[in-house]
Amino acid sequence: MSLYLIRNARVLGGEPRDLLIRDGEIAEIGVGLEAPAAEVVEAEGLVALPGLVDLHTHLREPGREDNETVLSGTRAAARGGFTAVHAMANTTPVADTAGVVEQVWRLGREFGYCDVHPVGAVTEGLAGKKLAELGAMADSAARVRVFSDDGHCVDDAVIMRRALEYVKAFGGVVAQHAQEPRLTEGAQMNEGEVSDRLGLRGWPAVAEESIIARDCLLAGHVGSRLHVCHVSTAGSVEIVRWAKSKGWNITAEVTPHHLFLTDACCEESPAGRSYDPIYKVNPPLRTQRDVDALRAGLADGTIDCVATDHAPHAVEDKETEWADAAMGMIGLETALSVVQAAMVDTGLLDWAGVAERMSAKPAEIGNLPGQGRPLEPGSPANITLYDPAYRAQVDATTFASKSRNTPYAGLELPGRVVATFLRGRPTVLEGKLV
Amino acid sequence: MKRHLISAADLSRDDALLVLDTAEELGRVTERSVKKLPTLRGLTVVNLFFEDSTRTRISFEAAAKRLSADVINFSAKGSSVSKGESLKDTALTLEAMGADAVVIRHGASGAPYRLADWINGNVINAGDGTHEHPTQALLDAFTMRRHLGSLDGRKITIVGDVLHSRVARSNVLLLSTLGAEVTLVAPPTLLPVSVDTWPCRVSYDLDAALPKSDAVMMLRVQRERMNAAYFPTVREYSRRYGLSAERYSHLPEHAIVMHPGPMNRGVEIAAEVADSPRSTIVEQVGNGVAVRMAVLYLLLGGAQPAIGADK
Amino acid sequence: MTAAQSQDAPYKAVLEAPEIRRALTRIAHEILERTKGGSDVVLLGIQTRGVNLARTLAERFRDVEGLDIPCGSLDVTMYRDDLRMKPARALNRTELPPKGIDDRIVVLVDDVLYSGRTIRAALDALNDLGRPRAVQLAVLVDRGHRELPIRADYVGKNLPTSSQETVRVLLRDVDGRDAVLLGPKGDAK
Repeated sequence: MSLYLIRNARVLGGEPRDLLIRDGEIAEIGVGLEAPAAEVVEAEGLVALPGLVDLHTHLREPGREDNETVLSGTRAAARGGFTAVHAMANTTPVADTAGVVEQVWRLGREFGYCDVHPVGAVTEGLAGKKLAELGAMADSAARVRVFSDDGHCVDDAVIMRRALEYVKAFGGVVAQHAQEPRLTEGAQMNEGEVSDRLGLRGWPAVAEESIIARDCLLAGHVGSRLHVCHVSTAGSVEIVRWAKSKGWNITAEVTPHHLFLTDACCEESPAGRSYDPIYKVNPPLRTQRDVDALRAGLADGTIDCVATDHAPHAVEDKETEWADAAMGMIGLETALSVVQAAMVDTGLLDWAGVAERMSAKPAEIGNLPGQGRPLEPGSPANITLYDPAYRAQVDATTFASKSRNTPYAGLELPGRVVATFLRGRPTVLEGKLV
Repeated sequence: MKRHLISAADLSRDDALLVLDTAEELGRVTERSVKKLPTLRGLTVVNLFFEDSTRTRISFEAAAKRLSADVINFSAKGSSVSKGESLKDTALTLEAMGADAVVIRHGASGAPYRLADWINGNVINAGDGTHEHPTQALLDAFTMRRHLGSLDGRKITIVGDVLHSRVARSNVLLLSTLGAEVTLVAPPTLLPVSVDTWPCRVSYDLDAALPKSDAVMMLRVQRERMNAAYFPTVREYSRRYGLSAERYSHLPEHAIVMHPGPMNRGVEIAAEVADSPRSTIVEQVGNGVAVRMAVLYLLLGGAQPAIGADK
Repeated sequence: MTAAQSQDAPYKAVLEAPEIRRALTRIAHEILERTKGGSDVVLLGIQTRGVNLARTLAERFRDVEGLDIPCGSLDVTMYRDDLRMKPARALNRTELPPKGIDDRIVVLVDDVLYSGRTIRAALDALNDLGRPRAVQLAVLVDRGHRELPIRADYVGKNLPTSSQETVRVLLRDVDGRDAVLLGPKGDAK
């Protein structure tokens, strides 16, 4: 079996330690470890984090294999330091049956770059009308625990209530894409000063906040778990904070882009462009005030975790008029760098905090016992080695993702994933896929 | 290098005055027997119209032709565009044809900025979605200046569906650049949420605004807005925000009545007001050619454009 | 030394106000002579200083001869062959006398005749404005270096210059004083 010795890694940013990996587990952590048979990985200056877990990834397979596949998406995930991703259900066909979720799960296992945990649709065809066979998906080989109509909001209060209740039977959680549909018909970007100037139909914060408030009340009422996807507004942070103060079982995620970019990019991007749909995303980029509140919420634990909402799109779906462009941006390969820039370099989080919010918490919410474990002897050897001192312009042409719709191309971001280990086997070494 | 005219905000005060002064001179060409200048000989101006707007297209076409430019009209209907060709492919086609300037009318806000990313020629916005229509604002300012003199300190009231109006957006920006005091009057549903950050005042009361107005501009209100609950009925809208003959009588003697067209007579403006001597609605159309000649000349006529923004 | 003089320091005056006055008077007489009494003459000043000169000439006709000679202005910017070599410029007024120029003797008036290109543009512009019986040219200064087959009918002063030099015409209405200055190239405003 495999034997690796990682030398002088700063575990969670602490003092340098050696990590001995044997048979897929962390065998020993200490100073000056010796293992003559082991393959040595020099990690001086690198931070060791537990393998990252993404609760929110669009792998596009089946249906849009031209934009991303399970293979290309998991390779991108590995390059980003992830050892597990949750594949969203809005594929074609929709992942609303045991058959589709098992197919996606098997593909992930076969390629072995990163664990793939399919998210099951809450309602058939994401139509919001009729519950999908949630139990069948939970009982399938894919062992689905997270259910979401992401891309669509489960806006019918009765359906939402039933879903919240129903998944309790198998320890599931409903992850809500909070978007009041009537308030966001034809919505193009955050409603505010910028949308008013640009003449683009606004996506008001209240359309997110009203659904989150309702869902928190529902979850509190029926005693169920609720997970809120991609929280994007200051008001949403306040509502989640209030709901948690009631002792309700509510968790929330924020994307790297909502921690870093604002709607000002739509008016004038760093490259000097206006109306560049690379910044078109749902929920939309908000204001600096929202960004500040999201960072504070993530720092104080109101928001539990970071999730990428990695959303690959073809070039022709972005090189168009704004209104015709697809919503979403890719994020797996830049997530940790953006979080470093937004949270670590600003002093809001230390590396232990990053590990908590990008590995332990999402694994706990997704009910993944083999992921997000502390870096200690006996844990599965899911490890990310990260160089926070690295600085470079983002070069999207080197991405493993099939798509190029990143808002960070050409920007200088800190940090680089040097190595990723999935149960003791490297998927990335020296920054390159193995 | 300044290259495009997409937003009225692309024009500094000096730029805007240069356009208006130039239009004043070029307007006189229309009065000559030979209504043509050789200025843009050998240059190609493409009218790229994704929305039907015969009036604006003809106005730009006449302007370009009076400056001796070659004009290519490219309308979306019946062309490759209606067969699903993307704006980008259309842009690359125009680039290959050697378009020196593209006048674009498009239903999507921001389409002229996208076009400007893909072509080397100058881009002139002839109306994009609910964003802007800067040459309309220029011709409105030109018309006002002819009647009122300098616009510094002049009180201009713009009435109606500001939220969906590219004309209102461009006019607020341009008129405030020119020193006018703009007041928007509309039901609150038809005002942008952040209108308090715009360089203008806001009122819900037309009767209070009229006696202080040097010019009142009525915007077209579309009946389908009623279905989206922006106002209860056309009748109620007309009663509260329409320029009736009775309201017209409360305007100061010198005040003018404007409308960017096309009008809904009997809805936002009474027929007798539209046809009154102080209505500049027909004159606005005529002034459009001179203003567009000025824009084309100042963007294309020299070694570098004299106006506009590099975007 | 006044500020205006110090600003003109590298320039030397080749014509002062009295000489300019005499030159214009002489041109006025020659026009009357050549046009047999000036009854069909229209003066068209080329923007910008030609317009002031044309007006001064018209005044001279009125004051000295009691003749009311129609006077207008011509902006040739849109007809210039160097238009696309410089930034687009603001336009000045083209204003024909009320009776137009058809079948008249148009006397173009400009301050300095140099390459002849401005006059070429003016002839093109005239072509779009009407059909004069004849076109003549009056200039205050002819400094030579013609690049086109164009010659003035009335010249205030022939001024031999090098192409390295600049000729500046100052007029009281515009500049506060009447003078023709000669100076090194590049110093002109």
